Amino acid sequence: MSEQKTPVHAEAAPVPGASQQAERPSALKRVLGGSVGRNLGLVIALVVLLIIGTVTAGDRFADVNNFLTIIRYASIIGVISIGMTFVITAGGIDLSVGSVMGLSTVVASLTAVQLAATQSSWLLMILVPLAVGAAAGLVNGIIIAYGNVVAFMATLAMLVGARGLAELISGRRTQIVTNTGFLEFTRANLLGVPVLIWIFAIVAIAGWILLNRTTFGRRTVAIGGNAEASRLAGIKVRRHLLMVYVLSGFTAGIAGIMMLGRTTAGTSTHGTLVELDAIAAVVVGGTLLIGGRGTIVGTVLGVLIFSTLTNVFTQNNLDTSVQAIAKGLIIVVAVLLQQRFATHGAAAQKS
Amino acid sequence: MIDDDHAAPLLEVRGITKTFAGVQALKGVNLTVRAGEVHCVLGQNGAGKSTLIKTLAGVHQPDSGEILWRGEAVTIAHPVAALDLGIATMYQELDVVDGLTIAENIFLGHEHSTGGLLKVSQANRITRELLSRLGHGDIPASTEVGQLSAANKQIVSMARALSRDTRLIIMDEPSAVLDSGEVANLFRVIRELTSSGIAVVYISHRLEEIRQIGDRISVIKDGRSTASGLAVSETPTPELIRLMTGRDVANVFPDAVPVPASAPILLEVDHLNLRGHFSDVHFTVRAGEIVGLAGLVGSGRSEILETIYGARKATSGTVSVQGKPLHAGSVSSAVGAGMGFSPEERKSQGLILDEPIFKNVTLSTFSRFSRAGFLNEGAEKVAAREQINALELRPADPERPARTLSGGNQQKILLARWLVHGTRVLLLDEPTRGVDVGARAEIYALIRRLAAEGTAIVVVSSEIEEVLGLSDRVLVISDGNVLAETNAGDIDESGVLDLVMKGSAA
Repeated sequence: MSEQKTPVHAEAAPVPGASQQAERPSALKRVLGGSVGRNLGLVIALVVLLIIGTVTAGDRFADVNNFLTIIRYASIIGVISIGMTFVITAGGIDLSVGSVMGLSTVVASLTAVQLAATQSSWLLMILVPLAVGAAAGLVNGIIIAYGNVVAFMATLAMLVGARGLAELISGRRTQIVTNTGFLEFTRANLLGVPVLIWIFAIVAIAGWILLNRTTFGRRTVAIGGNAEASRLAGIKVRRHLLMVYVLSGFTAGIAGIMMLGRTTAGTSTHGTLVELDAIAAVVVGGTLLIGGRGTIVGTVLGVLIFSTLTNVFTQNNLDTSVQAIAKGLIIVVAVLLQQRFATHGAAAQKS
Repeated sequence: MIDDDHAAPLLEVRGITKTFAGVQALKGVNLTVRAGEVHCVLGQNGAGKSTLIKTLAGVHQPDSGEILWRGEAVTIAHPVAALDLGIATMYQELDVVDGLTIAENIFLGHEHSTGGLLKVSQANRITRELLSRLGHGDIPASTEVGQLSAANKQIVSMARALSRDTRLIIMDEPSAVLDSGEVANLFRVIRELTSSGIAVVYISHRLEEIRQIGDRISVIKDGRSTASGLAVSETPTPELIRLMTGRDVANVFPDAVPVPASAPILLEVDHLNLRGHFSDVHFTVRAGEIVGLAGLVGSGRSEILETIYGARKATSGTVSVQGKPLHAGSVSSAVGAGMGFSPEERKSQGLILDEPIFKNVTLSTFSRFSRAGFLNEGAEKVAAREQINALELRPADPERPARTLSGGNQQKILLARWLVHGTRVLLLDEPTRGVDVGARAEIYALIRRLAAEGTAIVVVSSEIEEVLGLSDRVLVISDGNVLAETNAGDIDESGVLDLVMKGSAA
């Protein structure tokens, strides 16, 4: 839409020789405007938080175990945010991830499922949440891609519906996980690092490859950038969007497994408001909310910034309400900075 | 119509310059506009027309040079200052608010009110007067602007200009969004305005329009005036093209290459129908042949192309490529069969503007370069670079975002996309819309070359001259019906219009 309002840029383009002229003096701006710059800003923000943490809380903060705590805390929202990055890059939104995660913990911790898992294999408790998440994503995808319902509304309905279903199934009771195989796996350490962090790392790396190196990622970016042009170029837009929502549901399922492991319980309240944290992390990370540009590295940094912030506040015994205010400020500042970089970068390219 | 030469000009622009971030957009532009004239400003894309307009509208400040308004030097510091002087600007992308009524739009920013309460009935009354002055008294003032056609939105924009004491209206390519009937009405309104002493600065690169409506012409090339205040009637077209492009354009359309009767039929459209748009369209295109669809806006020509391509689902009838019927309503089936489509709205339907050239070029083929789902961007860039060189696409940098390219080069991206794809059947909707005169000839030559290499091509254009000049065969279309099919050489523009008029009368 915006391109139509900027005929100057379109006209300025073919002036020969002018382009090189413009690029040289603004090389620094171009670097800052590029992906390096956006991530650089996030890295700086993270370093600042780490310094604040070290100064205010000293060794309690600057400790390997505390850092592992920060990342472990980030891992569940992190996994969901990776899926969310795809959805937002494709020009959509998924508000249902938190309640789908809750639903998946409830279904996986049902007495019947746990009994079956005990009789067969604890892997069943891995498969069930994945299936629940993917199925919810499939429903979202069908409604959005083939029913032409706005993603915001379709996933809002799923948010409410999945939460209700989880309450109904569990009778609003907390279901304790008793399957030892499952608990041993999810609560284990590998090379001194908790399994939850390994899962986050694997999902993030897989997500990065998927977004940047595969046809799936290219389609996601293309559709988010211009769905109509993608359709007319022969890309099966509906089918792809469906798959993006399945992917998002699938990551919510993975997060469900992690939640079950961390809390050793399934309940319908798991994941409440997680969707907002995930969206905030993705957007702060530099993925465009209107679609067409996504960054997994940015998302990971965004998640880490928020969990480090939480940790700094906790280590200093500060009120969670103050923490919420700080989060809000970070979101606003990050988006403002992004816009500044984005316009500088764009101006450097255009003029 | 034109004032006596000795009268002080309404607006005089003397040697203004403007630099943006190291790029000199204006390097010395002169413009003298007299009251009551239509002064055309001509220039290719990138010549600096838009910058000039924005300088006059108070959006940009010139770095040097002066602007005289009714004989006095003025500084137009901001858009409201321009309006206060009496300079109104109608931008190409009309700045009307769709959700408001016509009256609300007209008084936007200078509402009549008492104590904060709007005087709605007064606004509506004045709006009605303005609309009837513009020959559109039939549109109710309370109509929501979003429901109006592009032509009527322009009328609203003009009425807004007239609601103030406007002496000069700048129109930036006003005809770009209009069909020929609407253009005729626009011209009638412009004559009405000038007869009451208002001056119009008319920006366009359609020479034929300038011939019809313009009194005098100023030409800009690369940010510099190459001619100022030439009388339209005394300046031949080749001279204007030379002033605009700096070179002579002898023959715009390339010579047709005769298609042998033995050439295989690549595209067969068999009794295709789309309810509410067109009925019973059937024709064939051989390898190497260019078939043009000629007709006015709304005749169904674009819909026919889109339906052939599967972007719309046909009500009945079939489309076959090399004898194999396609699935109705499936773009991927068409693309898979070797069909390509360059849509009318290049920016919104064809390109991903913020993505680099090479990704736009391989948008239909990137999976072909991939292995097991993994992209091979290196191979994509090689393929894109090949086409960049073959089509002389500029800038020749595959990493450049498509947004930064001119209209002609953006069109080349789309052609490159289908060349990489190996398209045998190419559908082109308005291939030169927004492409300046110099680059058009290049696009025409490319299309002809593709045909010569054995591609079957279908072209739609709102410029009948273009359809006739480019095609081997022409289908004349009106109201969704094919009125005639003829060799392009056997019919001229007035012949097409005659058929269309008769067809719609029948």
